Amino acid sequence: MLNLSNISVTFNEDTPDEKKALQDINLSLNSGDFVTVIGSNGAGKSTLMNIVSGSLKPDIGIVEINGKKVSQLPEYKRSNFIGRVFQDPMAGTAPSMTIEENLAMAYARNKKRKLRIGVTKKRREMFREFLETLHLGLENRLNAKVGLLSGGERQALSLLMATFTEPNILLLDEHTAALDPSRAELITNLTGEVVEKFNLTTLMVTHNMQQALDLGNRLIMMDKGQIIFDVSGKEKQELTIEKLLHEFQRIRGKQMDNDRAVLG
Amino acid sequence: MFISIFGAVESGIIYAIMALGVYLSFRVLDFPDLTVDGSFVTGAGVAAISIINGVPPFIATVFALLAGCLAGSITGLLNTKGKINPLLSGILMMIALYSINLRIMGRPNLPLINESTIFTGLKPLFETTGINQALNSLVQLFGVERFPGSWAVLIIMVFVTLIIKVITDYFLKTEVGLALRATGDNERMIRSFSANTDSLKIIGLALSNGLVALSGGLVAQYGGFADVNMGIGMIVIGLASVIIGEAIFGTKTIMRTTLAVIGGAIAYRIVVTLALKVKFLETGDMKLITALLVIVALIAPKLIATSKEQQRRKRKKMALSKKAEEV
Ligand SMILES: Nc1ncnc2c1ncn2[C@@H]1O[C@H](COP(=O)(O)OP(=O)(O)OP(=O)(O)O)[C@@H](O)[C@H]1O
Ligand SMILES: [Mg+2]
Repeated sequence: MLNLSNISVTFNEDTPDEKKALQDINLSLNSGDFVTVIGSNGAGKSTLMNIVSGSLKPDIGIVEINGKKVSQLPEYKRSNFIGRVFQDPMAGTAPSMTIEENLAMAYARNKKRKLRIGVTKKRREMFREFLETLHLGLENRLNAKVGLLSGGERQALSLLMATFTEPNILLLDEHTAALDPSRAELITNLTGEVVEKFNLTTLMVTHNMQQALDLGNRLIMMDKGQIIFDVSGKEKQELTIEKLLHEFQRIRGKQMDNDRAVLG
Repeated sequence: MFISIFGAVESGIIYAIMALGVYLSFRVLDFPDLTVDGSFVTGAGVAAISIINGVPPFIATVFALLAGCLAGSITGLLNTKGKINPLLSGILMMIALYSINLRIMGRPNLPLINESTIFTGLKPLFETTGINQALNSLVQLFGVERFPGSWAVLIIMVFVTLIIKVITDYFLKTEVGLALRATGDNERMIRSFSANTDSLKIIGLALSNGLVALSGGLVAQYGGFADVNMGIGMIVIGLASVIIGEAIFGTKTIMRTTLAVIGGAIAYRIVVTLALKVKFLETGDMKLITALLVIVALIAPKLIATSKEQQRRKRKKMALSKKAEEV
């Protein structure tokens, strides 16, 4: 489904600020895989998402989706088949437009936009049904401006907008980080539900280890632009936070030893 | 008095088309487009030179519209493909258009007094069908004693402007229109829903300047001339109309807002006409009056809101102390 081979990204190359954000990343996702991504600040998680979405081009490496090379496709073309929810609840919706207008824009994602009315009666009914699945009462506020919604409501709407057209790939970058614990849990549960319902191939970045363990069938850990740990299936199910931290220290420690060996 | 207000409404409704164009760029696309000062003259110049060369006035007016679209799309290209900031793209296009307009017109001023225009063609129709007389006797009921020469311009322009308004409203509700509005509202978001924001900006600026140039073409035919300097300060007049209209008539829905913009354009003309009746003020003061109007329209709503809020708090305090007394 999604194939990244030998992806490298360096920011500010050949300057004192040089930053190797991704180093020779290889990652392959099967259809229906739900992968959670963890790692410390600056590990390159968001950069990885941007490479998949196309908002960033790799220095070298190839991105393939469904066996098609998409490295050269601009972001707006790739988003035909990639859904995305950002960390900032403001980022995923148009605040001065209504809920139904926002949904209509999301609905047009994989179609050619035409000079026909965006919110028709028929579509409004469909939007209403989708909104009901969020259990937030938004189906009764179709004409409310999205700017009036709370962060949690907006993020739930963003999630719906990103998924209800059933994209091939769903990218979630800390999409619950800006919410209070109870809203975060709500969105986390919704995420699990929609990913299952539409059987979406998903990459989800999170700083919440428990969330990373609870959701998905595969987990990868990133550090300094590399994937340093990758578990799936039964092995992932048996993983606990302690084991994860232990694993991190083990790998990191080994790396430090290596560094020492090189320097020494 | 009636005659001068009548004239203000008449020209206000022609300039309203320009204001709708400014609304599209300034509000919908969130793009402060200064091309307007140039593209307004482009419209006037293209319409004038075409009419002088024997093109039927209606076709000449369509040419004006298309020329404006072209100018707007170049501003859009400068901004999106050339990565020049919005303000600078518009300024560059505006200054370039000054020379281009002179080339189009051949000389700085083109009189149309002896040419037939869209309006001259339709004026006799209003005379022979008795529409003029009917409307004159109608306003006579309200105590008006001096009548305008013809109602033709006003009636035609009310129709044309309203048709443009309705088309604009419809367009902003289409799939393309929604994406256009989102481009001005949250560009990153709409790009993640597979919209090509570069193309949308170019389309939006083309439409915006198309309307501005259409208005210019009509103003030239209405006033009987095109002048290379007639666009100076046009963007501010457009903004004044948008801001005054929004302040007076509100912005609840798109339909309401576009109507407000038209109302604002008319209100602006009326205020300027009345202001110029004050003995102390001269025609040259018009730009100053415009600037002051915009400032008032920007500040007044905020002041009113703050004082309302203060009064509300005061009432609450009073009610609270009253309760305390009773206890
Ligand atoms: N546009 C940019 N220009 C320069 N450096 C950048 C840019 N974007 C990211 N970086 C750097 O690349 C590294 C990886 O950034 P990235 O945003 O991918 O980290 P992350 O894993 O998402 O971190 P966080 O958990 O804080 O979100 C960081 O050191 C960051 O400073
Ligand atoms: Mg990040």
